[in-house]
Amino acid sequence: MSALLIRDLRLAMRAGGGFGLGLAFFLIVVTLVPFGVGPETGLLARIAPGILWLGALLACLLSLDRILALDWEDGSLDLLATSPLPLEGIVTMKALAHWITTGLPLVIASPLFGVLMSLPGAGYGPLVLSLLLGTPALSVIGTFGAALTVGLKRGGLLLSLLVLPLYVPTLIFGAEMARRGAEGADPTTPMLMLAGISAGVIALLPFASAAVLRVNLR
Amino acid sequence: MNLNALWEYANPLKFMRTTERALPYFAVAAVVCLVTGLVWGFFFTPDDFRQGSTVKIFYIHVPSAMMAINIWVMMLITSLVWIVRRHHVSALAARAAAPIGAVMTVIALATGAIWGQPMWGTWWAWDPRLTSFLILFLFYLGYIALWEAIEDDDTAADLTAVLCLVGSVFAILSRYAVNFWNQGLHQGASLSLDKQENVADVFWYPALVSIAGFVLLFIALVIIRTNTEIRARRMRALLARERLG
Repeated sequence: MSALLIRDLRLAMRAGGGFGLGLAFFLIVVTLVPFGVGPETGLLARIAPGILWLGALLACLLSLDRILALDWEDGSLDLLATSPLPLEGIVTMKALAHWITTGLPLVIASPLFGVLMSLPGAGYGPLVLSLLLGTPALSVIGTFGAALTVGLKRGGLLLSLLVLPLYVPTLIFGAEMARRGAEGADPTTPMLMLAGISAGVIALLPFASAAVLRVNLR
Repeated sequence: MNLNALWEYANPLKFMRTTERALPYFAVAAVVCLVTGLVWGFFFTPDDFRQGSTVKIFYIHVPSAMMAINIWVMMLITSLVWIVRRHHVSALAARAAAPIGAVMTVIALATGAIWGQPMWGTWWAWDPRLTSFLILFLFYLGYIALWEAIEDDDTAADLTAVLCLVGSVFAILSRYAVNFWNQGLHQGASLSLDKQENVADVFWYPALVSIAGFVLLFIALVIIRTNTEIRARRMRALLARERLG
């Protein structure tokens, strides 16, 4: 399993854009928002947590179809499925690789983007923590969507239609936690809910992803 | 009653024979109930003392909203039956029900908006109930789109069934997450069986008839659509056989 993870990470790095692309997309979203709503610091500070969460979500969505599509095309997914590894473990590793290449960089870079969005000083800790807790859930849910649409020729748009409604609870609690942090309120409740969603999703959803992947490989 | 006898209807032929005999009764009963419920509700109930005649949209809004949720539950059950016992009729019934559910969701949202404009002063508010209905509509759209996108029937049935199961969990999660996110404008449930404070009986009886009409209409539509799906699939099989032979 760790060999699979290392392989996926290496592929992502060497294929170019694996690490950087999501981050660059996040930067563009954050740059474009002030053009859309105006450069007032107060307004930006108020919407900063939500925009940062939305940007992270969209950056995550952008790279979802790469999770399984490349392996599907060159046949290595069939090889992986026939290997002694359980398919549940494989999809978990795929999700983990996706999180390390897109989620983790976003978490690390988010304070910087917070500065661009003039996030209030108290908000940085909760923002980083909420992204750290929430982005794994985004990757795991996204892997489920990728497994559903892996056999389709133009699965990209359908993938977003299927995955975005599933992102609603994560987004609500994540953005709420970051917002409460920025306003100086106590972010504990949404933090616990967010952590609960992530833990539940990581524990249960790989079984569904593996089940649909089995159907698609039939 | 022997519940095992229910599984006989997993045979498409038996299902079609029985449902086709029952269909006229359901259709006629649906029309009778809808006409009675709506005419009674629209013309023979008093106006509400605060809401005036706008209250009458209630006879469409409440049944369609109930159906929107119940159709998803029906799809969940038929998907489970498909996954566990692999009866094709079950998967096809789920497929047949989805567009009806989506339309019910739209009716509930539209009538709600029409009522909300004079009453709340806005067509739309990010209220928990409204928001979760919008999310439910997105789930219906994704489900229908996935059915349409996959060519192989059994693969499509499997994938959409899993999507329905996972989607149900997330739909419920979203419902409560949305509650947490914003406090609502929408009034509480007005037709609960266990509460003291329900609508008055003058509104309650026509509403019941109207709800029965919506349920019967749904059953009739699902029968028609499921039988159409079965026939279409049989035709494809025949065509394929002809090409081979």
